[in-house]
Amino acid sequence: MSSESSPPAPRATSAVWAIFNREFAGYFRTPLAYVFLAVFNAFAISLAFFVGNIYEAGVANLDRFFLYHPWLWAFLAPAAGARLWAEERRQGTIELLLTWPISVWQVAVGKFLAAWLFLATALLITLPIAFTVGYLGDPDVGVIISGYLGSLLCAGACLGIASIASALTRNQVIAFVTGFLACFLLVLIGYGVFDEFISGLFTPNIIEEVRRIGLWRNLEPFTLGLVDLRPVAYFLTLSFGGLGLSTIIIERR
Amino acid sequence: MALIEVKNLKKSYGAIHAVRGISFTVERGEVVGFLGPNGAGKSTTMKLIAGHLRADHGAANVASFDVSTHPIEAKTHLGYSPEGAPAYSEMTVREFLRFAADLRNLPNPSEKVKKTLALCRLNEVAHQTVDTLSKGYRMRLGFAQAVIHDPEVLILDEPTDGLDPNQKFEVRRILKEMASRKAVIVSTHILEEIDELCTRVIVIAHGEVRCDESKEQFLQRGTDLNEVFRKLTA
Repeated sequence: MSSESSPPAPRATSAVWAIFNREFAGYFRTPLAYVFLAVFNAFAISLAFFVGNIYEAGVANLDRFFLYHPWLWAFLAPAAGARLWAEERRQGTIELLLTWPISVWQVAVGKFLAAWLFLATALLITLPIAFTVGYLGDPDVGVIISGYLGSLLCAGACLGIASIASALTRNQVIAFVTGFLACFLLVLIGYGVFDEFISGLFTPNIIEEVRRIGLWRNLEPFTLGLVDLRPVAYFLTLSFGGLGLSTIIIERR
Repeated sequence: MALIEVKNLKKSYGAIHAVRGISFTVERGEVVGFLGPNGAGKSTTMKLIAGHLRADHGAANVASFDVSTHPIEAKTHLGYSPEGAPAYSEMTVREFLRFAADLRNLPNPSEKVKKTLALCRLNEVAHQTVDTLSKGYRMRLGFAQAVIHDPEVLILDEPTDGLDPNQKFEVRRILKEMASRKAVIVSTHILEEIDELCTRVIVIAHGEVRCDESKEQFLQRGTDLNEVFRKLTA
């Protein structure tokens, strides 16, 4: 059906772009974004130096730096992602978004990409550690680049989980805690303490399969310079699966 | 041609039947006043027409487009201001309107923002962030985002709620200016607003239409509109 003098329907890309711009700029409208970036940077560097002893190891690579990234993303991606939908619900602006001529997936994609770019900004700020290692030794640049790529994908995966948590509630604190617990579980999988916990419950084969869904298990190959299809698919599945599921949750509100 | 067609709309929230089979049409040039007590189903009906909620049963058409099967086309012709006029608190008035224009992919968005600021008399607060606005300006901003694309269909949920008499006068003035070219639904608790603003009245109570008639017919029901309202919604 049609009506006379129909205004053109908005293009999908322009709507995604408008949402992306608003969301990304939105992060920097409050001091919280700068606190977030400072905290990420401080923890990423401190953990690498004081827990991972990256300097004392005397090896020109960043695997001890990336080792703690799943922990950092498990905490900080839900912190950045909690506002994605919960804030829209709290302010009532979700009612506007859903009555403007755009689809929920356009909003979801714009929001997700903005949040991911914000996390990428946090990661980018840690680049001086890569330059420092390059200055002190002769690292394999390809390994460092793949490590950063893996960390970025890991951040996207945690953000996917966080977006589901944010779509489920109007309370940002609940969204953060739910997202954090889900990501924290994925970090724990693959660590000794978790293996000990489930060793009495399952057969070794099943335990090995469970380990495969741990964040570190999938990030580790990147830190060694290996960009395999399987971990890439794992991270992208979590990222876009979370994006898709949050879209469905909002659509079925 | 009716710009708004509502056919047997039903919506429940669990065991609560918020809307129980509401039907009506609104033609171009009509300003329909939605009257009813709190919880009568006015806002739910408006949200169903605006595409914010999905109906359990029935259909709502905006400019001949079914909101559930052609939501983008329907919403392109629709301007909707929800109750309380929500807006992004950290954005300035100008930024918020530009965002609305960009999302609607309007040609010459800067020009559209400029015109809307002037139309809604928001120029003096254009650079203020939404969280610093008075209620009057905030309601006008909600109205502004709803009319920035000059839609054929306007749905306004209590646009004058909480405004002082001068602010109410302003909103009504703007609405009157554009009403002849549009199909408008306005929900209100202010019975006097019917006489000033509306051409037709729909009274809703317990999720059902209790009365759908011209303003003149409604006003003839009695001199005490509060009493008329009480009888119709009992």
